[in-house]
Amino acid sequence: MEAHLQHLLNAVVLGGTYALLGIGLTLIFGIMRVVNFTHGELYTFGAYMAYMLAGMMGLNFFMSLAMAALLGMALGALIEFTLLRPLKGADIDTTMLVMIGAGIAMQAGEQLVWGGVAKSVPSPFPTEPVVIGSVSVGMNRLFVLGVALLLLGGFYLLINRTKLGVAMRATFQDPDTAALMGVNRGLMYTLTFALGSGLAATAGALLGPIFVVTPTMGDLVALKAFAIVILGGLGNIPGATIGGFVLALAEEFGAGYLSSGYRDAMGFLLIIAVLIVRPQGLFAMKERIG
Amino acid sequence: MTADLTVQIKKRGLDDMRTMKTTALLLSAALLAPGVAFAQETIKIGVTQPLTGAVAASGNYVANGARVAEEVVNANGGVLGKKIQLIIEDNKSNPKEAVASAEKLIVRDKVPVLMGAWSSTFTLAVMPKLVEYGVPMVVETSSSTKITTSGNPWVFRIAPTSAMEAKSFAEKLDHFQPAIQKADFLAVNNDFGRGSADEFRKMLQAKGVKIGVTETMAPEATDLSAQLSSIKQSGGDTLFVTTGVEQITLILKQAAELRLPHRIITNGGSSSPDQLIAQAGAAADGGYFTLFFAPWFPEKAVHPTVAKTFVDGWNKKGYDFAGLTEGYRGYDGIMTIVEAIKKAGKAEPQAIRDALWTVKLDGVNGDIAFKKDGPEGKESGQNEANVYVVQVKDGKVTMP
Repeated sequence: MEAHLQHLLNAVVLGGTYALLGIGLTLIFGIMRVVNFTHGELYTFGAYMAYMLAGMMGLNFFMSLAMAALLGMALGALIEFTLLRPLKGADIDTTMLVMIGAGIAMQAGEQLVWGGVAKSVPSPFPTEPVVIGSVSVGMNRLFVLGVALLLLGGFYLLINRTKLGVAMRATFQDPDTAALMGVNRGLMYTLTFALGSGLAATAGALLGPIFVVTPTMGDLVALKAFAIVILGGLGNIPGATIGGFVLALAEEFGAGYLSSGYRDAMGFLLIIAVLIVRPQGLFAMKERIG
Repeated sequence: MTADLTVQIKKRGLDDMRTMKTTALLLSAALLAPGVAFAQETIKIGVTQPLTGAVAASGNYVANGARVAEEVVNANGGVLGKKIQLIIEDNKSNPKEAVASAEKLIVRDKVPVLMGAWSSTFTLAVMPKLVEYGVPMVVETSSSTKITTSGNPWVFRIAPTSAMEAKSFAEKLDHFQPAIQKADFLAVNNDFGRGSADEFRKMLQAKGVKIGVTETMAPEATDLSAQLSSIKQSGGDTLFVTTGVEQITLILKQAAELRLPHRIITNGGSSSPDQLIAQAGAAADGGYFTLFFAPWFPEKAVHPTVAKTFVDGWNKKGYDFAGLTEGYRGYDGIMTIVEAIKKAGKAEPQAIRDALWTVKLDGVNGDIAFKKDGPEGKESGQNEANVYVVQVKDGKVTMP
């Protein structure tokens, strides 16, 4: 029983971070329809920014997190402005190739600047875990879960309940009509990409202190983010959230009770199963992309 | 012009950030200069290491150790009247890239001998290429027993096999208080991790220690809470961990978060305890680590003067102290190759291979000499290496 509880707790904590990754990408991939191969690199970027600000410059940890998120947004805006804007109207394949190139260039840039050896971000949280009955969890992980849940709620409200959210969704559904209604389309494109990128950078900055920071840390993460978005249904924030938690549960229990060596495979097996039964994802209406 | 560039490159590389620039410069230097330009002046030695990717820390340390050896050899007049020149390639912590890097070194740079490739998986991937091109390789790190028993006569390993490490560890088993009664295992899911877990399990069983669970993890996995939760349930008192320093850092931190009651022992010699203390902090306390060089206690080395030359050269270059435990491998590896070239009297692959069998060298780890291992007629060379066990106590490394 104790083991089940500990696995469940692990999965919930992990699911929060997966959900955070998922909602960032669901904005860009789900709403903007850009197959964003730079998502994992923005995650890495956020982690390195946290390392630079908190680890090298000795800034306050929470301040560093906020700054890493803002820098991630700025980088996202830059990518949108310089790479995606000139491609407006290009087909999905062209955009995808450009984004693959951008992702490779960013990873190479990270290696050039930071080197291949893993960096560790100092964390202000005590190593002593929080103990609840027979299970325990690190303080830093609870903090990540808390921030993730706040961001998930905030972005759900932003997209579904605010004027800005309506403008964003309208822009990507029907750009011309949105423009006729007075929506600044260019701004919406840049803003959406920047927000999604900022979320990826935030996830990186949050998880950097828990794990270690390396130039290739974004690879597996990006793959999982795509899986979560597809699992939850494109552009669906509750879907991405639940997708994140489902993936974490599958990995945690798969690794705990079946085979730990194939932990990452468990999640993808689940996704294959979901796609066979519900090709549109768990929480979306059927539609076509491209 | 190219010579100037090489000198300039050698002066750099103080830290890993610069190492990357060096790699980039070396690459461009290699592109600018046709390979033959160097042939008259230097003897080239190819090195393939994971300089980026999941096990980059160790690969960079080994490469730095090799650079120290290069400097020491050249400062003492080189070999056969020529200076040696390392060509270090990044195998990106990936077996496919390891093969590509070895092939590039052999075909493009025409190196007569290689050192590599850190992980057993990378080394095993490269081995068929050694037979194909007839080029010997000194293996400085990999511990999978398969490497020297698969019948590849071009492989010479200075690192101990997992079986040897387990045997040395068995002699130290009585030192553990309280005694190890039930052991669990957490190993990286590759040739290194599985091989080591098998050998240690066999050894412990023979010593009457009960065996609990064996959990595995992908080499790039970062969240190991599922594995550690299962291990916690097993009720063992000691956890044997086999992987590189990056994952060991994560395991120590996550084990503390999950309040794992086990005593943690890492094997494989790639734990870099000082890096663990720096990155895992208090979570590293109480852990035991097998090593093949213990730079905190140079006087305990078999050849203290050799160890001192290496440590001095390392410090002179401004490399991180934490890398010494891993860096010695690169140093001993290059020294072994240079000794073989000296004995061969020429820098040709076949002659170097024959000479490797006659090498008798005082290394940082101890005496280096190769014994035959594997099927008759196609034996590989295997060195009997020394193993040390250290413990971290109150943030300091001690020898129990």
